[in-house]
Amino acid sequence: MSQAQATGAPPEPSYRSIQETPEFGTLRKTLRRFVFPMTVAFLLWYLLYVVLSAYARGFMGTTVVGNVNVALVFGLLQFVTTFLIAWLYARFADRKLDPLADKLRHEIEGGN
Amino acid sequence: MLLAAVDTGTQRGITISLFLVFVLITLGITIWASRQNRNATDFYAGGRSFSGFQNGMAIGGDYMSAASFLGIAGIIALNGYDGFLYSIGFLVAWLVALLLVAELLRNSGKYTMADVLAFRMRQPPVRTAASLSTVTVSIFYLLAQMVGAGALVALLLGIKPGTTFLGMDANTAKIATIVLIGALMIIYVTVGGMKGTTYVQIVKAFMLIIGAALMTVLVLWHYRFNLSALLGDASAKSGKTGFLEPGLVYGKEVAGNALQTFYNKMDLLSLGLALVLGTAGLPHILIRFYTVPTARTARRSVLWAIGIIGMFYLFTLALGFGAAALVGSKDIAAQNAGGNTAAPQLADALGREFFGGDLGGVAFLAVIAAVAFATILAVVAGLTLASSSSVAHDLYANVIRRGVATEKQEVSVARVSALAIGAVSIVLGVLAKDLNVAFLVGLAFAVAASGNLPAILYSLFWKRFNTTGAVAAIYGGLISAVVLVFFSPVVSGSATAMFKTHDWHWFPLQNPGIISIPVGFLCGWIGTLLSKESNPDKYAELEVRSLTGAGAH
Repeated sequence: MSQAQATGAPPEPSYRSIQETPEFGTLRKTLRRFVFPMTVAFLLWYLLYVVLSAYARGFMGTTVVGNVNVALVFGLLQFVTTFLIAWLYARFADRKLDPLADKLRHEIEGGN
Repeated sequence: MLLAAVDTGTQRGITISLFLVFVLITLGITIWASRQNRNATDFYAGGRSFSGFQNGMAIGGDYMSAASFLGIAGIIALNGYDGFLYSIGFLVAWLVALLLVAELLRNSGKYTMADVLAFRMRQPPVRTAASLSTVTVSIFYLLAQMVGAGALVALLLGIKPGTTFLGMDANTAKIATIVLIGALMIIYVTVGGMKGTTYVQIVKAFMLIIGAALMTVLVLWHYRFNLSALLGDASAKSGKTGFLEPGLVYGKEVAGNALQTFYNKMDLLSLGLALVLGTAGLPHILIRFYTVPTARTARRSVLWAIGIIGMFYLFTLALGFGAAALVGSKDIAAQNAGGNTAAPQLADALGREFFGGDLGGVAFLAVIAAVAFATILAVVAGLTLASSSSVAHDLYANVIRRGVATEKQEVSVARVSALAIGAVSIVLGVLAKDLNVAFLVGLAFAVAASGNLPAILYSLFWKRFNTTGAVAAIYGGLISAVVLVFFSPVVSGSATAMFKTHDWHWFPLQNPGIISIPVGFLCGWIGTLLSKESNPDKYAELEVRSLTGAGAH
């Protein structure tokens, strides 16, 4: 733990103390609670599509309407979910993350 | 034959004139913008003055390469549904960048990808590794653009197998085109710098989206907006069964050969994995996040990018199936074995149908070819800039000169390395000229996902991560990916390989991702645990800065 001080870095002990504040803890937790599960979810959904393309040819080739088959619909659904998740994340970040981050940044930069 | 009414001399005259007009306009923009370059921040990061919308368009411009326009349309036109896999992977990948990387990177870095990787580590080893990885990914990506440019110009000049051009046979003429066009593009880039390329990206993104939208509308118009009729016609003209289903290229089932079938399935999974994890490790995309003032603008720019890129990839369906139906896979394959000229050939057919016969065909072909050329030029610019600034900033300024280089020296090293990197890509592009461009970019994605992504994610989210871990992650992923490609059927031992007459391949898959990506993550993890180094103060600084934006440059 004392290694950092030994390198003679400019004194910025504030980052360590900020990292330990409950406010920063809340920001980190809020971010991770959204992005980690969401990442797992869209990766699984995408991998399902890839695995079905590899191993469930019959199912993917089933026609839905005219010449439109399951594979095409499944592919287009990936577009829909991508747009949806991007929109959800932006709304979440604007409402939940930015206020917390802005408050902390003002405290840090005001303190300097 | 149909073009005989307008003689081929006139046809070439029109296309070449349009081409020159376009090149002059873009050169003009670049030279004008380069006059505004005042210091290193301007050269590398465009002065950090771009808005979210502008940067979103520029990201789109950087991302929608020859692979997206020429490559995907080509695979769909020749082999149907499988090409759509690329569109989906290339798009979904943006969620990784948006959720996990873009904003945190914006807040904690300055000029290059290595700024974040080396933030809390010993600088020289990490910057060296990151720089090598940046250059390698960029070369893989660049060589694909060279192949695309060569195919395009060969089409315009009427060079195809079995013909001669200026006394050269078709093969020699194609090589000459790649070398000349490649050299032209690299020289053009070294003049401009980042601010110039950002404007080129924005202009190009608009041109590409309008061009692709117009072609899509015309294709659908031809079928009276009946998607099913378009698909049916494409399938019938292809003469292949299962044209509308996955499986003609990827995950092919070989009767009586269970092992080869297994390898083919693994290759499909490997490609899928590489595509979705590659984007967030592409150096030329990552440095785009530095051209905006705040994390919020970085977020906005990714949202705009997802919108425009997603829309474009929907058009690829109409372009690919349209080319299959209206041009036919036989004519496409006869012009270019990889299908790389499907989109411009479709433009020719649409122009003849909708804009008054032969002359309309020639003119529309020229316009779309100019758009495709702009596409390639802009991507070459972005890649050359990302890789040369990494050499100058990470390797030269921070490692070789230990931070005492002047900005002027740094910028001139960047220009020299741009020329060197360009030269290597041209040579490799000549070797890879029969391969599909989207496929080649798939390899670049695999290298990026293996060499860069593990280190970036560990760096941003794992407190314990250290120098040994970072170096192990980068070299582990990078080397395993490159070695596996070298010993794959892409390089030797197949009909379209870079060295067709030799065979030293032992790795059965074409895309290495399914092995090399886990290797990258594993090496980073083991390397970290093997070293006692730990720097909680620097991690605190990185974490607080990346999450709050405090102290961002």
